[in-house]
Amino acid sequence: MVRMPAFVGTLDRKLLRDIWEMKGQALAIAAVVAAGVTMFVTYLSNFDSLQRTRAEYFDIARFADVFASLKRAPASLETRLAAIPGVERVMTRVVADVTLDVPGMSEPATGRLISLPESGTPPLNDLFLRRGRWIDPARPDEVLASEMFCEAHGFGPGDRVAALINGRRRWLTIVGVALSPEYVYAIRPGELFPDRRRFGVFWMSAAALAPAFDMDGAFNDVSIALGRGASQPEAIAEVDRLLEPYGGLGAVPQSQQISAWTLDNELNQLQMFGFLTPLIFLSVAAFILNVALTRALALQRGQIAALKALGYGNGEIAWHYTKWGLLIAAAGAMFGIAGGAWLGSGMISLYNQYFRFPILYYRMSTDVAVESLVGALVVAALGAWSAVRRAVRIPPAEAMRPEAPALYHRSLFERTLRLPMASRMVLRNLERQPVRSLISIVGIAFAVAVLFVGLSFIDVMDVLLNQQFELAMHQDATVSFVQPRSSRAVYDVLHLPGAMDLEPMRSVPVRLRSGARTRTLAITGLPERPTLNRVVTRQGEVLSLPPDGLVLSKMLGDVLHVSPGDEVQMSVLEGRRQVVDVPVRVLVDDTLGLQAYMRIDALHRLLGEGATVSGAAITVDPAAMDRFNIAVKTMPAVAGVALREVTLRNFRETMAETMNLQIFLNVLFSGVIAFGVVYNSARVSLSERSHELASLRVLGFTRAEISLILLGELAVLTLVALPVGALIGYALGWLIMQGFNNEMYRLSFTVAPSTVAWAFLVVIAAAVLSGLIVRRRLDRLDLVAVLKRRD
Amino acid sequence: MTDTQTLPVFTARGLRKVYEMGEVTVEALRGVDFELYAGEFVVLLGPSGSGKSTLLNILGGLDNPTSGSVVYKDHNLTEAGDSALTEYRRTHVGFVFQFYNLIPSLTARENVALVTEIAPGSMSPEAALGLVGLAQRLDHFPAQLSGGEQQRVAIARAIAKRPDVLLCDEPTGALDITTGVVVLEAISRVNQELGTSTVVITHNAAIAGIADRVVRLSDGHVSSVDRNAKKVSVGELQW
Repeated sequence: MVRMPAFVGTLDRKLLRDIWEMKGQALAIAAVVAAGVTMFVTYLSNFDSLQRTRAEYFDIARFADVFASLKRAPASLETRLAAIPGVERVMTRVVADVTLDVPGMSEPATGRLISLPESGTPPLNDLFLRRGRWIDPARPDEVLASEMFCEAHGFGPGDRVAALINGRRRWLTIVGVALSPEYVYAIRPGELFPDRRRFGVFWMSAAALAPAFDMDGAFNDVSIALGRGASQPEAIAEVDRLLEPYGGLGAVPQSQQISAWTLDNELNQLQMFGFLTPLIFLSVAAFILNVALTRALALQRGQIAALKALGYGNGEIAWHYTKWGLLIAAAGAMFGIAGGAWLGSGMISLYNQYFRFPILYYRMSTDVAVESLVGALVVAALGAWSAVRRAVRIPPAEAMRPEAPALYHRSLFERTLRLPMASRMVLRNLERQPVRSLISIVGIAFAVAVLFVGLSFIDVMDVLLNQQFELAMHQDATVSFVQPRSSRAVYDVLHLPGAMDLEPMRSVPVRLRSGARTRTLAITGLPERPTLNRVVTRQGEVLSLPPDGLVLSKMLGDVLHVSPGDEVQMSVLEGRRQVVDVPVRVLVDDTLGLQAYMRIDALHRLLGEGATVSGAAITVDPAAMDRFNIAVKTMPAVAGVALREVTLRNFRETMAETMNLQIFLNVLFSGVIAFGVVYNSARVSLSERSHELASLRVLGFTRAEISLILLGELAVLTLVALPVGALIGYALGWLIMQGFNNEMYRLSFTVAPSTVAWAFLVVIAAAVLSGLIVRRRLDRLDLVAVLKRRD
Repeated sequence: MTDTQTLPVFTARGLRKVYEMGEVTVEALRGVDFELYAGEFVVLLGPSGSGKSTLLNILGGLDNPTSGSVVYKDHNLTEAGDSALTEYRRTHVGFVFQFYNLIPSLTARENVALVTEIAPGSMSPEAALGLVGLAQRLDHFPAQLSGGEQQRVAIARAIAKRPDVLLCDEPTGALDITTGVVVLEAISRVNQELGTSTVVITHNAAIAGIADRVVRLSDGHVSSVDRNAKKVSVGELQW
């Protein structure tokens, strides 16, 4: 065997050679540890890198603390805003969303135009210029364009995009590609995913932008930086008070700014998964280690007695055997750290596709590596603890006597059924060590659970897609007007090429208040029984609207503490700005955002207006889609168009990439767990039973027959573990989903039958594989050698 | 032999031991008195189940009696705690077992080193193995050694620390006559050259001839204690 360097102590030499003897099992355990550590390092190094990048970027770019939109206020208001206690800096801008006609793309896109200060760079929310140059204020059609949009279309400095501004087509020339801290995650409100192709942000000179939107000497957007120690809620209240007469829509703190919120949410998820998943893997590893070590120590009984006789104390012997577990865990952790670093750097480039920073570099901090190593060692020590303690505490004299033969009883099943001998042996052996059997079952069950949770996300997304794009959004296109129009606009839309059915929509910005709780959102006025833009619950139920009163998202009801029958105070944030009390009629358990609906005619009555519409849901003849797109891009009244097909496609494409990777990793890691547990169980069982199995061979049993006895045990354990794992997986998935319940979205945990089947299949495959490997050992059982041994 | 005989190394009085093995209760010792004198060679004779191993284990601090007392020089072993017994075994006692109990993953030299590393004042592993005639087999693993060689490694391991007492539980039980003679010779030499007080357990009466005293155990009691007027040399043994 291996020559050891002189400085390795004698007991340590024994340790290394003993581990080598059981290298198959040691490897299996180390693999499970490695899987857990890989996940830990991957998630937490990404968390670390993203968080650090975020902090640095927001600081350097002077990302604002408070954001507010309003209808229109004179520039002179800026000084009054700056005078609010706690406010350090104010930046006012003109912001407008327009329809874009992008060369090379038939569908219309949305462009968010943002004004730049007359000279210098923005005092807040500063831009990072990636390519090209700054705009020349003297050239009104020069713009800086967002990097994601440019990437999606292959645009660079010199390229042009047409925007429908104030009823006229204007060509904008991109002179620079830029990034903004406000659009790290560039998404239109109400959408689930960023649409790089159909949403771009453009910065242009105020002098060029303002006149087109009647904003000369005025602004409709405010960003505010607060000083250290300033009270954010008070400042926000003051800002709202000041902006109220100018159509203020309610100021939000940075944490609720869409891009910042999404980033924070993502970071939270990374943290959560970074701790939860490795915990599962390491727990399973601890289980397996305990079982393997218990058996190894049983085999070393005589040696333990000898060591004690030689004068080694309990502590020394315990430490020696604990080192087995520590060494295996350390080896696994090393691989895990390396694997995690590799996977982590891959993951960060995936993040770069959604969250765009000037520089996003991957760093695996030593903290993360050390934490994972320490975690693995602690878990290994815990797993080894009970096994080692039990073995070492046996008095030396007793340890020198052979172990008492195992106590067997007739198993439960036998009292009712007459079973063949092999089955009896299998069942009796399982019942003899109920704790061990239970541990193995739980271990395999966790493999099933991991797959369940991992693969179920696909099912959740499928249900979500179906709900949103089949049930709720029945229309092909949603057209929004720049201003609320009379019903004549409906007529115009209906005359677009390909337009078939139409349902009008009336969207009104309001603030709802109940007691001290408020939310600013848009009420959507719909017909009584919408057939296109429908109100759908998470369970798939389609609702009609009551004759009057509000239909609110259940989450909104929870936030405002209102139930059907209660009244809320509604402040209309446009037009005549009425304040009325409105009853809440229905709470709908829906999926996205905070929604409020009302029958469109009731809404008209409330607002004291005629049949006004702010948009329309339409179905379009697929054959005429192209012509429809071209026509709608030139309709001056239209501010934006959302196309169902396109959004769905974008969704699917975005998901596909991450999905495939996720499936692969889940299957791999779950396989590692299943294999690890079954293989160890099999090896331990084989070790314990080799004497009796060899005896059976001597008596004339075939290899196949004794395989049945050994592997039959594993088969029973695996089959029992499947439903247990399904239960654990379901509970775990449900629990995790609770974390995906917030004001932005609410997901329901669901598992499709095919997912269940796949989960079971993967685990069974892993179990069969390890069974086959052990079977080879069984076939090579040296009958004579085994029978000579005392145990 | 010499006047050191008058100093008992061990004094055991009224030893009783009851233990449970699975579902069975066994009364191994039913009131045993025993002395061992310095430099003596004692053979404990008796059929299986007579309590010989149990007595040896108690003398060696591997087990505690249910009642009675054991005193080693001035240490009261019965009242000693676990760490005191460990210390006692480490420095004062050498054990040889019937089935050698070597560590299979360590070479002969390393098996002896296990002891020399923790007992101060030990001889080197090489010297100990030389004493039992295994200087050529230092780096062999137990699996590569014959039964007799393994037992001799065990003896080397036991005596490397220069113990005051050498306790051997059926050292030749697993060996044939020729190899058994070699092993007994090694033990005998250790007793004579190092002056180690030695107790050898056997169920084979023929071996008793090489001892100074023969203590017969039967059914948990001492049935007789005889002094050998004339000791036989190992080479003259036949069984």
